[in-house]
Amino acid sequence: MSRMRVLVGTRKGAFILTSDGRREEWSIEGPHFGGWELYHVKGSPVDPDRLYASQSTGWFGQLIQRSNDGGRSWAPVGNEFRYEGTTGTHQWYDGTPHPWEFARVWHLEPSLTDLDTVYAGVEDAALFRSIDGGLNWEELPGLRGHSSGPAWQPGAGGMCCHTVLEDPSEPNRLFVAISAAGVFRSDDGGATWTPANHGLHSDQIPGPDAEVGHCVHRITLHAARPHVLFMQKHWDVMRSDDSGASWYEVSGDLPSDFGFPIEVHAHEPDTVYVIPITSDSEHYPPEGKLRVYRSTVGGNDWEPLTRGLPQSHCYVNVLRDATAIDTLDPCGIYFGTTGGQVYSSADAGDTWEPIARDLPAVLSVEAQTLS
Amino acid sequence: MIRVALPAHLRTLAGVAGMVDVEVDGVATQRSVLDALEARYPVLRGAIRDHTTQERRQFVRYFACEEDLSHEPPDLPLPDAVVNGVEPFFVVGAMSGGA
Repeated sequence: MSRMRVLVGTRKGAFILTSDGRREEWSIEGPHFGGWELYHVKGSPVDPDRLYASQSTGWFGQLIQRSNDGGRSWAPVGNEFRYEGTTGTHQWYDGTPHPWEFARVWHLEPSLTDLDTVYAGVEDAALFRSIDGGLNWEELPGLRGHSSGPAWQPGAGGMCCHTVLEDPSEPNRLFVAISAAGVFRSDDGGATWTPANHGLHSDQIPGPDAEVGHCVHRITLHAARPHVLFMQKHWDVMRSDDSGASWYEVSGDLPSDFGFPIEVHAHEPDTVYVIPITSDSEHYPPEGKLRVYRSTVGGNDWEPLTRGLPQSHCYVNVLRDATAIDTLDPCGIYFGTTGGQVYSSADAGDTWEPIARDLPAVLSVEAQTLS
Repeated sequence: MIRVALPAHLRTLAGVAGMVDVEVDGVATQRSVLDALEARYPVLRGAIRDHTTQERRQFVRYFACEEDLSHEPPDLPLPDAVVNGVEPFFVVGAMSGGA
Protein backbone atom coordinates (compact mmCIF):
# COMPACT_ATOMS: atom_id res chain seq x y z
CA MET A 1 0.00 0.00 0.00
CA SER A 2 1.17 3.54 -0.68
CA ARG A 3 2.23 5.80 2.16
CA MET A 4 1.77 9.52 2.55
CA ARG A 5 4.21 12.07 3.87
CA VAL A 6 3.10 15.68 4.34
CA LEU A 7 5.82 18.28 4.87
CA VAL A 8 4.67 21.30 6.85
CA GLY A 9 6.67 24.50 7.22
CA THR A 10 5.58 26.86 10.00
CA ARG A 11 6.60 30.09 11.69
CA LYS A 12 8.41 28.08 14.37
CA GLY A 13 9.68 24.91 12.81
CA ALA A 14 8.94 22.07 10.40
CA PHE A 15 6.67 19.11 10.97
CA ILE A 16 6.35 15.83 9.10
CA LEU A 17 2.96 14.11 9.05
CA THR A 18 2.75 10.50 7.89
CA SER A 19 -0.04 8.07 7.14
CA ASP A 20 -0.72 4.97 5.14
CA GLY A 21 -2.62 5.18 1.87
CA ARG A 22 -5.99 5.25 3.59
CA ARG A 23 -5.07 8.67 4.97
CA GLU A 24 -7.14 8.17 8.10
CA GLU A 25 -4.58 7.94 10.92
CA TRP A 26 -1.73 10.45 10.98
CA SER A 27 1.44 10.69 13.02
CA ILE A 28 3.09 14.05 13.64
CA GLU A 29 6.84 14.40 14.01
CA GLY A 30 8.53 17.64 14.94
CA PRO A 31 9.30 20.38 15.34
CA HIS A 32 12.43 20.22 13.30
CA PHE A 33 14.46 23.44 13.64
CA GLY A 34 12.20 24.66 16.43
CA GLY A 35 12.08 28.43 16.74
CA TRP A 36 13.04 29.07 13.12
CA GLU A 37 10.76 30.08 10.27
CA LEU A 38 10.39 27.32 7.70
CA TYR A 39 9.09 29.07 4.62
CA HIS A 40 9.19 25.90 2.53
CA VAL A 41 10.01 22.22 2.76
CA LYS A 42 9.88 20.15 -0.40
CA GLY A 43 11.00 16.75 -1.66
CA SER A 44 12.66 15.80 -4.91
CA PRO A 45 10.46 14.17 -7.56
CA VAL A 46 13.51 12.06 -8.44
CA ASP A 47 14.02 10.64 -4.94
CA PRO A 48 11.31 11.51 -2.40
CA ASP A 49 13.70 10.92 0.49
CA ARG A 50 15.76 13.91 -0.67
CA LEU A 51 14.19 16.88 1.09
CA TYR A 52 15.15 20.54 1.11
CA ALA A 53 14.07 23.04 3.74
CA SER A 54 14.35 26.82 3.84
CA GLN A 55 15.13 27.80 7.43
CA SER A 56 15.50 31.41 8.52
CA THR A 57 15.14 33.91 11.31
CA GLY A 58 15.50 37.64 11.51
CA TRP A 59 18.30 37.05 14.02
CA PHE A 60 20.57 34.69 12.13
CA GLY A 61 19.48 34.82 8.52
CA GLN A 62 19.08 32.03 6.03
CA LEU A 63 19.99 28.37 6.17
CA ILE A 64 19.16 25.58 3.77
CA GLN A 65 18.77 22.14 5.29
CA ARG A 66 18.92 18.91 3.34
CA SER A 67 17.79 15.43 4.25
CA ASN A 68 18.66 12.26 2.35
CA ASP A 69 16.44 9.98 4.42
CA GLY A 70 12.98 11.49 4.25
CA GLY A 71 13.48 13.88 7.13
CA ARG A 72 14.88 11.54 9.79
CA SER A 73 18.15 13.44 9.72
CA TRP A 74 19.12 16.81 8.32
CA ALA A 75 22.33 18.69 7.59
CA PRO A 76 22.83 22.33 6.64
CA VAL A 77 24.12 22.91 3.12
CA GLY A 78 25.01 26.17 1.38
CA ASN A 79 23.44 29.42 2.51
CA GLU A 80 25.26 32.01 0.46
CA PHE A 81 22.87 33.71 -1.94
CA ARG A 82 24.96 36.37 -3.61
CA TYR A 83 23.40 38.47 -6.37
CA GLU A 84 25.40 38.48 -9.57
CA GLY A 85 26.99 41.75 -10.65
CA THR A 86 25.51 45.15 -10.00
CA THR A 87 22.39 44.82 -7.90
CA GLY A 88 20.71 48.10 -8.80
CA THR A 89 17.42 49.17 -7.28
CA HIS A 90 13.74 48.28 -7.31
CA GLN A 91 10.84 50.31 -5.98
CA TRP A 92 10.42 50.46 -2.24
CA TYR A 93 7.00 50.50 -0.56
CA ASP A 94 6.78 54.26 -0.97
CA GLY A 95 7.80 54.14 -4.62
CA THR A 96 11.37 55.35 -4.11
CA PRO A 97 14.38 53.39 -5.43
CA HIS A 98 15.70 50.80 -2.99
CA PRO A 99 18.76 48.55 -3.35
CA TRP A 100 18.22 44.85 -3.88
CA GLU A 101 18.86 43.08 -0.55
CA PHE A 102 18.66 39.35 0.08
CA ALA A 103 16.19 38.55 2.86
CA ARG A 104 15.18 34.89 2.66
CA VAL A 105 14.34 31.93 0.48
CA TRP A 106 10.60 31.69 -0.03
CA HIS A 107 10.38 28.66 -2.25
CA LEU A 108 12.53 25.65 -3.09
CA GLU A 109 11.74 23.75 -6.29
CA PRO A 110 13.71 20.54 -6.77
CA SER A 111 14.26 19.59 -10.41
CA LEU A 112 11.85 17.18 -12.04
CA THR A 113 14.72 15.22 -13.54
CA ASP A 114 17.98 15.75 -11.64
CA LEU A 115 18.39 14.85 -7.99
CA ASP A 116 21.00 17.49 -7.23
CA THR A 117 19.43 20.40 -9.09
CA VAL A 118 17.15 22.66 -7.09
CA TYR A 119 15.84 26.18 -7.65
CA ALA A 120 15.36 28.80 -4.96
CA GLY A 121 13.02 31.75 -5.30
CA VAL A 122 14.13 34.50 -2.94
CA GLU A 123 13.30 37.91 -1.49
CA ASP A 124 14.34 40.44 -2.79
CA ALA A 125 13.09 38.81 -5.94
CA ALA A 126 15.59 36.66 -7.78
CA LEU A 127 16.05 33.06 -8.83
CA PHE A 128 18.99 30.93 -7.73
CA ARG A 129 19.96 27.42 -8.76
CA SER A 130 22.11 24.76 -7.18
CA ILE A 131 23.37 21.81 -9.20
CA ASP A 132 25.13 20.09 -6.29
CA GLY A 133 22.30 19.38 -3.90
CA GLY A 134 22.25 22.80 -2.30
CA LEU A 135 25.93 23.12 -1.43
CA ASN A 136 26.46 26.08 -3.75
CA TRP A 137 23.98 28.53 -5.21
CA GLU A 138 24.27 30.69 -8.31
CA GLU A 139 21.86 33.35 -9.39
CA LEU A 140 20.17 33.15 -12.77
CA PRO A 141 20.63 36.91 -13.18
CA GLY A 142 18.58 37.34 -16.32
CA LEU A 143 15.44 37.45 -14.22
CA ARG A 144 16.44 40.19 -11.79
CA GLY A 145 18.26 41.92 -14.61
CA HIS A 146 15.15 42.18 -16.78
CA SER A 147 14.70 45.74 -17.99
CA SER A 148 11.55 46.09 -15.88
CA GLY A 149 13.41 45.24 -12.65
CA PRO A 150 13.78 48.83 -11.41
CA ALA A 151 9.96 49.13 -11.51
CA TRP A 152 9.22 46.02 -9.45
CA GLN A 153 7.77 46.69 -6.02
CA PRO A 154 7.10 44.63 -2.91
CA GLY A 155 3.78 43.13 -2.01
CA ALA A 156 2.72 43.20 1.62
CA GLY A 157 4.93 40.20 2.39
CA GLY A 158 8.01 41.61 0.69
CA MET A 159 9.29 41.54 -2.87
CA CYS A 160 9.49 37.81 -3.24
CA CYS A 161 9.95 35.27 -5.99
CA HIS A 162 7.54 32.79 -4.47
CA THR A 163 6.62 30.38 -7.26
CA VAL A 164 8.93 28.39 -9.52
CA LEU A 165 7.43 25.96 -12.04
CA GLU A 166 9.12 23.65 -14.48
CA ASP A 167 7.24 22.71 -17.64
CA PRO A 168 7.49 18.90 -17.78
CA SER A 169 7.01 18.91 -21.55
CA GLU A 170 9.66 21.54 -22.31
CA PRO A 171 12.89 20.93 -20.38
CA ASN A 172 14.15 24.49 -20.83
CA ARG A 173 10.89 26.22 -19.93
CA LEU A 174 10.52 27.75 -16.49
CA PHE A 175 7.88 30.00 -14.98
CA VAL A 176 8.30 32.19 -11.92
CA ALA A 177 5.89 34.48 -10.15
CA ILE A 178 6.93 37.57 -8.20
CA SER A 179 4.96 39.81 -5.86
CA ALA A 180 4.54 42.41 -7.13
CA ALA A 181 5.96 42.13 -10.61
CA GLY A 182 4.00 39.24 -12.09
CA VAL A 183 4.77 36.11 -14.08
CA PHE A 184 7.94 35.64 -16.10
CA ARG A 185 8.71 32.80 -18.50
CA SER A 186 12.03 31.49 -19.69
CA ASP A 187 12.44 29.16 -22.65
CA ASP A 188 16.20 28.80 -22.32
CA GLY A 189 16.66 27.27 -18.90
CA GLY A 190 16.52 30.53 -17.01
CA ALA A 191 19.05 32.59 -18.96
CA THR A 192 16.52 35.09 -20.33
CA TRP A 193 13.01 35.94 -19.24
CA THR A 194 9.87 37.43 -20.76
CA PRO A 195 6.98 38.94 -18.79
CA ALA A 196 3.89 36.76 -19.15
CA ASN A 197 1.13 38.98 -17.82
CA HIS A 198 -0.97 39.90 -20.84
CA GLY A 199 -4.60 39.95 -19.79
CA LEU A 200 -3.99 40.72 -16.13
CA HIS A 201 -5.74 43.80 -14.77
CA SER A 202 -4.79 45.38 -11.44
CA ASP A 203 -6.38 48.61 -10.29
CA GLN A 204 -3.65 49.06 -7.66
CA ILE A 205 -1.00 50.07 -10.22
CA PRO A 206 -0.83 53.20 -12.39
CA GLY A 207 -1.37 51.27 -15.61
CA PRO A 208 -3.87 48.56 -14.70
CA ASP A 209 -2.98 46.50 -17.78
CA ALA A 210 0.78 47.07 -17.56
CA GLU A 211 3.28 44.47 -18.69
CA VAL A 212 4.64 44.11 -15.14
CA GLY A 213 3.64 45.21 -11.65
CA HIS A 214 0.87 42.72 -10.92
CA CYS A 215 0.71 41.01 -7.55
CA VAL A 216 0.46 37.41 -8.65
CA HIS A 217 -0.01 35.21 -5.59
CA ARG A 218 0.51 31.79 -7.11
CA ILE A 219 0.44 29.90 -10.40
CA THR A 220 0.13 26.20 -11.07
CA LEU A 221 -0.21 23.73 -13.92
CA HIS A 222 -1.08 20.09 -14.53
CA ALA A 223 1.74 17.90 -15.79
CA ALA A 224 -0.46 16.28 -18.43
CA ARG A 225 -1.49 19.64 -19.90
CA PRO A 226 1.28 22.05 -19.00
CA HIS A 227 0.37 24.75 -21.49
CA VAL A 228 -2.69 25.52 -19.33
CA LEU A 229 -1.82 27.59 -16.28
CA PHE A 230 -4.04 28.72 -13.43
CA MET A 231 -3.35 31.79 -11.30
CA GLN A 232 -4.57 33.23 -8.04
CA LYS A 233 -3.81 36.93 -8.31
CA HIS A 234 -4.12 39.51 -5.54
CA TRP A 235 -7.65 39.86 -6.85
CA ASP A 236 -8.90 37.60 -9.68
CA VAL A 237 -8.51 33.94 -10.50
CA MET A 238 -7.00 33.67 -13.97
CA ARG A 239 -6.30 31.04 -16.62
CA SER A 240 -3.91 30.83 -19.54
CA ASP A 241 -4.30 28.33 -22.38
CA ASP A 242 -1.08 29.32 -24.13
CA SER A 243 1.75 28.85 -21.62
CA GLY A 244 1.29 32.26 -20.10
CA ALA A 245 1.23 34.28 -23.32
CA SER A 246 -2.24 35.53 -22.40
CA TRP A 247 -4.62 35.22 -19.49
CA TYR A 248 -8.36 35.48 -18.96
CA GLU A 249 -10.41 35.67 -15.80
CA VAL A 250 -12.21 32.59 -14.46
CA SER A 251 -13.29 33.95 -11.06
CA GLY A 252 -16.91 33.36 -12.05
CA ASP A 253 -19.23 32.87 -9.09
CA LEU A 254 -16.65 32.82 -6.29
CA PRO A 255 -17.73 34.76 -3.16
CA SER A 256 -14.39 36.60 -3.34
CA ASP A 257 -11.71 36.35 -5.96
CA PHE A 258 -8.99 37.40 -3.52
CA GLY A 259 -6.84 34.58 -2.17
CA PHE A 260 -3.41 33.05 -2.11
CA PRO A 261 -3.16 29.36 -3.13
CA ILE A 262 -4.44 27.55 -6.20
CA GLU A 263 -4.12 23.85 -7.01
CA VAL A 264 -5.04 21.45 -9.81
CA HIS A 265 -6.40 17.95 -9.18
CA ALA A 266 -3.81 15.21 -9.66
CA HIS A 267 -5.77 13.35 -12.32
CA GLU A 268 -8.26 15.87 -13.73
CA PRO A 269 -6.57 18.84 -15.42
CA ASP A 270 -9.79 20.85 -15.44
CA THR A 271 -10.47 20.45 -11.73
CA VAL A 272 -9.11 23.43 -9.86
CA TYR A 273 -9.18 24.45 -6.19
CA VAL A 274 -8.98 27.88 -4.55
CA ILE A 275 -9.60 29.13 -1.01
CA PRO A 276 -11.21 32.57 -1.17
CA ILE A 277 -10.22 35.23 1.33
CA THR A 278 -12.42 38.25 1.97
CA SER A 279 -10.14 41.05 0.76
CA ASP A 280 -6.65 42.46 0.64
CA SER A 281 -6.99 43.69 4.23
CA GLU A 282 -9.46 41.15 5.60
CA HIS A 283 -7.24 38.08 5.35
CA TYR A 284 -9.88 35.61 6.51
CA PRO A 285 -12.64 33.65 4.81
CA PRO A 286 -15.84 35.43 3.76
CA GLU A 287 -18.53 35.22 6.46
CA GLY A 288 -16.12 33.42 8.77
CA LYS A 289 -16.72 30.17 6.84
CA LEU A 290 -13.67 28.22 5.76
CA ARG A 291 -14.55 26.98 2.29
CA VAL A 292 -12.47 25.41 -0.42
CA TYR A 293 -13.96 26.08 -3.84
CA ARG A 294 -13.68 23.53 -6.61
CA SER A 295 -14.30 23.99 -10.30
CA THR A 296 -14.46 20.83 -12.39
CA VAL A 297 -14.65 22.75 -15.66
CA GLY A 298 -11.49 24.81 -15.49
CA GLY A 299 -12.93 27.84 -13.72
CA ASN A 300 -15.93 30.20 -13.66
CA ASP A 301 -18.31 27.62 -12.19
CA TRP A 302 -17.31 26.94 -8.57
CA GLU A 303 -18.78 24.80 -5.81
CA PRO A 304 -18.06 25.28 -2.10
CA LEU A 305 -16.56 22.33 -0.24
CA THR A 306 -17.43 22.61 3.43
CA ARG A 307 -17.93 19.19 5.01
CA GLY A 308 -15.56 18.95 7.96
CA LEU A 309 -14.40 22.56 7.74
CA PRO A 310 -15.42 25.22 10.30
CA GLN A 311 -18.46 27.12 9.05
CA SER A 312 -18.68 29.80 11.70
CA HIS A 313 -16.30 32.21 13.42
CA CYS A 314 -13.27 31.09 11.39
CA TYR A 315 -10.79 33.88 10.71
CA VAL A 316 -7.63 32.11 9.61
CA ASN A 317 -5.76 32.62 6.37
CA VAL A 318 -4.25 30.07 3.99
CA LEU A 319 -0.96 31.23 2.53
CA ARG A 320 0.23 30.74 -1.03
CA ASP A 321 2.45 27.69 -0.50
CA ALA A 322 0.21 26.09 2.11
CA THR A 323 -1.80 23.77 -0.13
CA ALA A 324 -0.83 20.50 -1.75
CA ILE A 325 -2.27 17.49 -3.53
CA ASP A 326 -1.25 13.85 -3.52
CA THR A 327 -1.37 11.47 -6.46
CA LEU A 328 -3.52 8.70 -5.01
CA ASP A 329 -6.92 7.86 -6.46
CA PRO A 330 -9.04 9.50 -5.23
CA CYS A 331 -6.77 12.49 -5.10
CA GLY A 332 -5.94 13.85 -1.65
CA ILE A 333 -5.82 17.54 -0.87
CA TYR A 334 -4.15 19.28 2.05
CA PHE A 335 -3.94 22.81 3.34
CA GLY A 336 -2.54 24.55 6.39
CA THR A 337 -3.80 27.70 8.09
CA THR A 338 -2.32 30.61 9.92
CA GLY A 339 -4.15 29.21 12.96
CA GLY A 340 -1.96 26.11 12.90
CA GLN A 341 -4.44 23.59 11.53
CA VAL A 342 -3.65 21.22 8.69
CA TYR A 343 -6.75 19.90 6.93
CA SER A 344 -6.83 16.85 4.71
CA SER A 345 -9.35 15.51 2.25
CA ALA A 346 -8.90 11.94 0.99
CA ASP A 347 -11.76 12.27 -1.51
CA ALA A 348 -10.77 15.17 -3.74
CA GLY A 349 -12.31 17.76 -1.46
CA ASP A 350 -15.73 16.26 -0.72
CA THR A 351 -14.96 15.83 3.00
CA TRP A 352 -12.26 17.22 5.25
CA GLU A 353 -10.70 16.54 8.61
CA PRO A 354 -7.94 18.21 10.59
CA ILE A 355 -4.81 16.08 10.71
CA ALA A 356 -2.99 18.63 12.90
CA ARG A 357 -4.76 21.21 15.01
CA ASP A 358 -2.36 23.32 17.02
CA LEU A 359 0.83 23.89 15.09
CA PRO A 360 2.43 27.31 14.71
CA ALA A 361 1.10 29.36 11.80
CA VAL A 362 1.51 27.26 8.67
CA LEU A 363 3.61 28.70 5.86
CA SER A 364 3.86 25.74 3.49
CA VAL A 365 2.45 22.29 2.88
CA GLU A 366 3.77 19.69 0.46
CA ALA A 367 2.45 16.15 -0.04
CA GLN A 368 4.53 13.18 -1.05
CA THR A 369 2.96 9.92 -2.24
CA LEU A 370 5.40 7.13 -1.37
CA SER A 371 5.29 3.63 -2.78
CA MET B 1 42.39 31.60 23.99
CA ILE B 2 39.20 33.62 23.53
CA ARG B 3 35.98 32.28 25.01
CA VAL B 4 32.91 32.95 22.86
CA ALA B 5 29.38 32.63 24.20
CA LEU B 6 26.87 31.83 21.49
CA PRO B 7 23.07 32.00 21.66
CA ALA B 8 21.18 28.72 21.77
CA HIS B 9 20.28 28.56 18.07
CA LEU B 10 23.89 29.04 17.03
CA ARG B 11 25.12 26.48 19.57
CA THR B 12 22.69 24.01 18.02
CA LEU B 13 23.91 24.84 14.54
CA ALA B 14 27.55 24.51 15.55
CA GLY B 15 26.85 21.34 17.52
CA VAL B 16 28.35 22.67 20.75
CA ALA B 17 26.96 22.65 24.26
CA GLY B 18 28.66 25.51 26.05
CA MET B 19 31.31 28.15 25.52
CA VAL B 20 33.44 27.93 22.40
CA ASP B 21 37.18 28.49 22.64
CA VAL B 22 38.91 30.02 19.64
CA GLU B 23 42.55 30.72 18.97
CA VAL B 24 43.36 33.99 17.25
CA ASP B 25 46.56 34.81 15.41
CA GLY B 26 47.66 38.37 16.10
CA VAL B 27 45.48 41.01 17.67
CA ALA B 28 42.13 39.83 19.01
CA THR B 29 39.40 41.97 17.49
CA GLN B 30 35.77 41.39 16.64
CA ARG B 31 36.81 40.55 13.11
CA SER B 32 39.63 38.18 13.99
CA VAL B 33 37.59 36.38 16.64
CA LEU B 34 34.63 35.92 14.30
CA ASP B 35 36.94 34.87 11.46
CA ALA B 36 38.42 32.20 13.74
CA LEU B 37 34.99 31.15 14.95
CA GLU B 38 33.68 30.74 11.39
CA ALA B 39 36.80 28.89 10.32
CA ARG B 40 36.19 26.37 13.08
CA TYR B 41 32.41 26.21 12.52
CA PRO B 42 31.71 27.04 8.86
CA VAL B 43 27.97 26.57 9.40
CA LEU B 44 28.00 29.89 11.25
CA ARG B 45 29.05 31.80 8.14
CA GLY B 46 26.26 34.19 7.27
CA ALA B 47 24.48 33.69 10.61
CA ILE B 48 26.35 36.40 12.52
CA ARG B 49 27.72 38.57 9.73
CA ASP B 50 26.37 39.12 6.26
CA HIS B 51 28.09 36.88 3.71
CA THR B 52 28.77 39.68 1.29
CA THR B 53 29.40 42.78 3.39
CA GLN B 54 30.75 41.02 6.50
CA GLU B 55 28.72 43.49 8.53
CA ARG B 56 26.98 42.42 11.72
CA ARG B 57 23.47 41.20 11.08
CA GLN B 58 20.78 43.64 12.13
CA PHE B 59 19.48 41.60 15.06
CA VAL B 60 22.84 40.42 16.41
CA ARG B 61 24.76 42.20 19.16
CA TYR B 62 28.27 41.80 20.57
CA PHE B 63 28.74 42.23 24.32
CA ALA B 64 31.78 41.87 26.60
CA CYS B 65 32.67 43.04 30.09
CA GLU B 66 29.10 44.33 30.51
CA GLU B 67 29.57 46.69 27.57
CA ASP B 68 27.83 46.74 24.21
CA LEU B 69 30.61 46.50 21.62
CA SER B 70 28.24 46.16 18.68
CA HIS B 71 29.05 49.56 17.25
CA GLU B 72 32.78 49.48 17.88
CA PRO B 73 34.98 49.28 14.77
CA PRO B 74 35.52 45.60 13.86
CA ASP B 75 39.30 45.93 13.96
CA LEU B 76 39.48 47.58 17.38
CA PRO B 77 41.32 45.36 19.91
CA LEU B 78 38.99 43.61 22.32
CA PRO B 79 39.26 44.33 26.09
CA ASP B 80 42.16 42.66 27.88
CA ALA B 81 39.78 40.58 29.99
CA VAL B 82 38.43 39.00 26.80
CA VAL B 83 41.90 38.54 25.33
CA ASN B 84 43.06 36.83 28.53
CA GLY B 85 40.06 34.54 28.61
CA VAL B 86 38.75 36.01 31.87
CA GLU B 87 35.59 37.34 30.27
CA PRO B 88 33.77 35.80 27.26
CA PHE B 89 32.89 37.56 24.04
CA PHE B 90 29.12 37.34 23.78
CA VAL B 91 27.29 36.96 20.47
CA VAL B 92 23.69 37.77 21.32
CA GLY B 93 20.38 37.60 19.50
CA ALA B 94 18.92 41.06 20.04
CA MET B 95 15.94 41.46 22.34
CA SER B 96 13.96 42.75 19.39
CA GLY B 97 14.47 39.64 17.25
CA GLY B 98 12.77 36.28 17.26
CA ALA B 99 9.23 37.29 16.38
